[in-house]
Amino acid sequence: EFRRFSLERSKPGKFEEFYGLLQHVHKIPNVDVLVGYTDIHGDLLPINNDDNYHKAVSTANPLLRIFIQRKEDADYSAFGTDTVTRKKNVLANVLRPDNHRKKPHIVISMPQDFRPVSSIIDVDILPETHRRVRLYKYGTDKPLGFYIRDGSSVRVTPQGLEKVPGIFISRLVPGGLAQSTGLLAVNDEVLEVNGIEVSGKSLDQVTDMMIANSRNLIITVRPANQRNNVVRNSRTSGSSGQSTESSLPSSTPNIVTNFLQGEEESDEEDIIIEDSGEPQQIPKAVRTSESLESLTQMELLHESTQNGFLPSSETNLNHSAGSVSMEYEEHHPDHKSLEDGTIITL
Amino acid sequence: FSLYQTVEHGFPHQPSALGYSPFLRLMAIGTRSGAIKLYGAPGVEFMGLHEENNTVMQIHFIPDQCQLVTLLDDNSLHLWSLKQHSGASELQEERRFTLKGPPGSPPSATQITAVLPHSSRDVLYLGTESGSVFVAELPSFRVLEDRTVPSEAVLQRVPDDYCNRRSCELVEALREHPKNPNLILIGYSRGLIVLWDLQNSQVTHHFLGSQQLENLYWQRDGSKFISCHYDGSYTQWPVSNDNRQPEPLENLVPYGPFPCKAISKIYWQTTKNGLPYIIFQGGMPRASYGDRHSISVIHGSQQTAFDFTSRVIDFFIIFSSEPTAEFDDPSAMVVLAEEELVVIDLKSAGWPAVQAPYLASLHCSAITCSHHVSNIPLKLWERIISAGSKQNVHYSNMPWPIDGGTNLAPDPPQRDLLLTGHEDGTVRFWDASGVCLHLLYKLSTVRVFLTDADPNDNMNTLGEDEWPPLRKVGTFDPYSDDPRLGIQKIYLCKYSGYLAVAGTAGQVLVMELNDEDAEHVVDHAEADLLQDQEGYRWKGHEKLKTRDGPVRFEAGFQPFVLVQCQPPAVVTSLALHSEWKLVAFGTSHGFGLFDHQQKRLVFVKCTLHPSDQLALEGPLSRVKSLKKSLRQSFRRIRRSRVSSRKRRGAGGNTSEVQEANAKFDQDALQEMELAPVQRKIEARSAEDSFTGFVRTLYFADTFLRDSSRHCPSLWAGTNGGTVYAFCLRVPPAERRMDEPVRAEQAKEIQLMHRAPVVGILVLDGRSTPLPEPLEVAHDLSKSPDMQGSHQLLVVSEEQLKVFTLPKVSSKLKLKLTALEGCRVRKVTVANFGSCKTNEYSENDLAVLTNLGDIQIISLPFLKLQIRYPCIRKEDVSGIASCVFTKYGQGFYLISPSEFERFSLSTKWLVEPQCIVDVPELTSNNHVNNRSGVENATRKS
Repeated sequence: EFRRFSLERSKPGKFEEFYGLLQHVHKIPNVDVLVGYTDIHGDLLPINNDDNYHKAVSTANPLLRIFIQRKEDADYSAFGTDTVTRKKNVLANVLRPDNHRKKPHIVISMPQDFRPVSSIIDVDILPETHRRVRLYKYGTDKPLGFYIRDGSSVRVTPQGLEKVPGIFISRLVPGGLAQSTGLLAVNDEVLEVNGIEVSGKSLDQVTDMMIANSRNLIITVRPANQRNNVVRNSRTSGSSGQSTESSLPSSTPNIVTNFLQGEEESDEEDIIIEDSGEPQQIPKAVRTSESLESLTQMELLHESTQNGFLPSSETNLNHSAGSVSMEYEEHHPDHKSLEDGTIITL
Repeated sequence: FSLYQTVEHGFPHQPSALGYSPFLRLMAIGTRSGAIKLYGAPGVEFMGLHEENNTVMQIHFIPDQCQLVTLLDDNSLHLWSLKQHSGASELQEERRFTLKGPPGSPPSATQITAVLPHSSRDVLYLGTESGSVFVAELPSFRVLEDRTVPSEAVLQRVPDDYCNRRSCELVEALREHPKNPNLILIGYSRGLIVLWDLQNSQVTHHFLGSQQLENLYWQRDGSKFISCHYDGSYTQWPVSNDNRQPEPLENLVPYGPFPCKAISKIYWQTTKNGLPYIIFQGGMPRASYGDRHSISVIHGSQQTAFDFTSRVIDFFIIFSSEPTAEFDDPSAMVVLAEEELVVIDLKSAGWPAVQAPYLASLHCSAITCSHHVSNIPLKLWERIISAGSKQNVHYSNMPWPIDGGTNLAPDPPQRDLLLTGHEDGTVRFWDASGVCLHLLYKLSTVRVFLTDADPNDNMNTLGEDEWPPLRKVGTFDPYSDDPRLGIQKIYLCKYSGYLAVAGTAGQVLVMELNDEDAEHVVDHAEADLLQDQEGYRWKGHEKLKTRDGPVRFEAGFQPFVLVQCQPPAVVTSLALHSEWKLVAFGTSHGFGLFDHQQKRLVFVKCTLHPSDQLALEGPLSRVKSLKKSLRQSFRRIRRSRVSSRKRRGAGGNTSEVQEANAKFDQDALQEMELAPVQRKIEARSAEDSFTGFVRTLYFADTFLRDSSRHCPSLWAGTNGGTVYAFCLRVPPAERRMDEPVRAEQAKEIQLMHRAPVVGILVLDGRSTPLPEPLEVAHDLSKSPDMQGSHQLLVVSEEQLKVFTLPKVSSKLKLKLTALEGCRVRKVTVANFGSCKTNEYSENDLAVLTNLGDIQIISLPFLKLQIRYPCIRKEDVSGIASCVFTKYGQGFYLISPSEFERFSLSTKWLVEPQCIVDVPELTSNNHVNNRSGVENATRKS
């Protein structure tokens, strides 16, 4: 289904409004869609926040080509920098997915469909030799999957080099969270657990601290392999040299806010069963004056702690409605490739 | 707040030496860890610790002084003094000294074997392994070399044939002549004894003993002495003024004629009636009684061999020390055995034991739990004492004979009871009000059950003609007939006198205090904690069999109902509400509530997670890793045995086997190096084992359902971080027997961090913990505030959390483990009073962590007030044994037999405060006898 409409280039408005406009124009008010556009290089890039929306509008010359796919049928492989090599074939890519058969693609879903599993944080305040890693346990059954041991490390002191006892990662369980992040390795020295130095603490003490913090574990390590350190000064501004537009700035602030909320609330999830009824999460006690308002806030906050699990799957879509895009072409997602595709988590 | 470790209660662990000063009437005990403890009158206690932590070998008081000398196993001598300091005496180490020989001499030349503090108080005579006796000046420890008694000088006039046979060898004993301080008796291990004249530096008499010497003892008048020997004999020698070669007067093997063990120490005590007391250690027939630890007392036709429960370290006799007295007239024998102190009254007929006011053997059966009750009402206190006194009829009435020093400590402000549960099924009630932990009453639960050992066959009754005349003394008995009898939990209500006791095999006994003996049937109920669960099989121990029919109980606490948990797993938590007449109990499978008024089970709740199979299999299968490691170590032993046998066998194979062995060792070593100690980091899940283990139970009258009506409730916390709350309906007193108690589950809280719940507490409207049952009824507490909203405090091993009630919402929390890596082991509410004003006091939480720290945390805001390191973190049993009192004190075991007492409150300390006055030196012949020895000392 193709639609053509105009926008005020100088006042494009918010992405939310634009998204609403698209749904309105296509008469699909309850359908979640992915929005993409082709940039000047011919890459198919997503529009999912104010920033890339504005970027898209400002680069439109004069026509802004927008592609809309129904979310659950979306072919994520169409996005990305790779598309530059198929400059002329963007449409073909979208419209004739069988082209991909020759060259199977890794399917990468949209940022909002991810939930963070780990992150390197506080890069700006830590020495380059250290790495602060946050592991997000959430409700998954995936084990944290690592072991720690006693050891000794060499420190520079005013008296010269000194051997001091330290705590080290001794083993990573294959398939565990720690291993899958790639941010922790055997023989990395553990320096801090959730901001508390481990020096002077026994192995058992550090074990207890880590387990107590296991729902939101932040470990500062000195990696045994110092070659992959983040070099602060030479950090490039974009992830892609060729196409600055292709970076996804939206994802970063999202994650930041998520774990800021997670910080406080991560273990505030005790459950109560009253009179053998349904289990409920125990709310935080509030003063009566502000009770209702803050209670609802709590709910909201809480919802966002379960970030990543977007309610997209909950909406029921009549299949006959089909996928929608501005310049319409019925899009049959390649189910096989979706199933085979490796799910990469960040 | 502050932390004071004030006094050690109980019996010193591994005692190694004993000393006594008849002048100060103080006893000193040294231990293998280098501690030295002085005891006098009850409450008079001093403690010192050698820096070296070496075993104390010998303790000698300096005659007529407040000083003593200790010899350690590193051959160092230490001089200690009791000094008065701001009105109280203190024990201080003054000086240390190690005897040095001439350059090039072997170490044995200066290895001290015997110490004699001379009555002149200026010198020490030090016998050594080489046979020389050195003289050291006091208090400087300067060696007076010109006065050394070399073994060559001693041997000069010894007949050649005797001398050839045996050289002197080491000095076994040094004894000063009781009347003439210029003469000392030197006994050498090979049997030679000489009397040495200090003034003329020469031997006056040689006594040619033919047996290996153990010890010497002078008779009071100095005309004779006794030597005792390795072969179990003792010999009397006369000391005359002529120069004849002395011949033994009498040589006796008291338990002959078959080979006997050595007599290691002997006393010969004279009495007015002419019959001496001969008291000696050992000498038992080697073959049949060689394993006994005995001391024999012979007085005329009376002879008893006291048979001790553990090795005898040393003993002494208390006798008339007045120099003017003509006879010894012994009054008591004090025996330090390895595990207990026994005092025998030698004046009363039958030589009964004297009950000691201190040094109680806490561990006569291993301590399995303890419970402290503060501020016991006088009435209950008296009833317990009266029950206890009926048990102690066989003790002597003699006042405690070691009565030196004066106790200055004020009387304790309240009566405190410490209850210890033991492995043999007994509960001991200790007076823990003051410095002396004193046994008041002993309760045994064994009578309720049928056990293999029938208490009727008394091991002590011996026939008339039994030889040797052994008599068991002492209470130390570490061998439990049946480990299932072990006491695990105790709860005493001090107002009603109800006592609940729970044990290893799931038995819960409720008792009442009765002042008379009684015979009655113990009601019996079963609580099946696995009601709705199927397919589980208990693989642990069976429940204890009960006695049918009425059972006779002595006066004291008498059980009237037994609740048996099924499966019969260890009872892990217990709570008693004496007002509602309810008792709650929990095991690793669940918990139950029993109405002990109507003797009816109210409800049971299974807390098992469906996947938790392990909890059902019983205690043995839980220690899988232990089992595995045991198996491995056995395998290793077997392997090494096999290889050593092989080694002995074929000669040709030896090198091969050795090689293989070496390789095996190397491999094992490498294996150890490759697999260092590591810890798994994993979030706890609901599937972890033993989540159902009930850790704590708590009764509270609070708002459970709505904020308008409060009701009785029962709270339970499990190992998996679950809290259950049950709403109870207890009928009013007038219909208490007619209507059943009802219970209904009202809430279940799952802590997401899933750490074990170790404490539950409800705070009233004023944020004060709810009072104990009956506390308000006895006017000892303000009634709780029921106007303001109540709060629930849940203490897990990792966090403290406050929730609102009745709607449970989380209000406050304090994370301990996440921040410090420590875990809560014990928690209690303690009342701290201001030491400045009597008006102010506050309630705080006292928390002991697995690191041995004690933290004080404010209520209700959970602010950490202060932290003290208290117990070493390696001391797991110390941490596990810790018990807090309601007023900020506490106890923990520093050894199997000793409680350390500590106080977190500055308001009230229980610590020894005593003074030892130097008695006036009366007309003392020692003074008159100041000899040339002393003058010589002065000159030099």
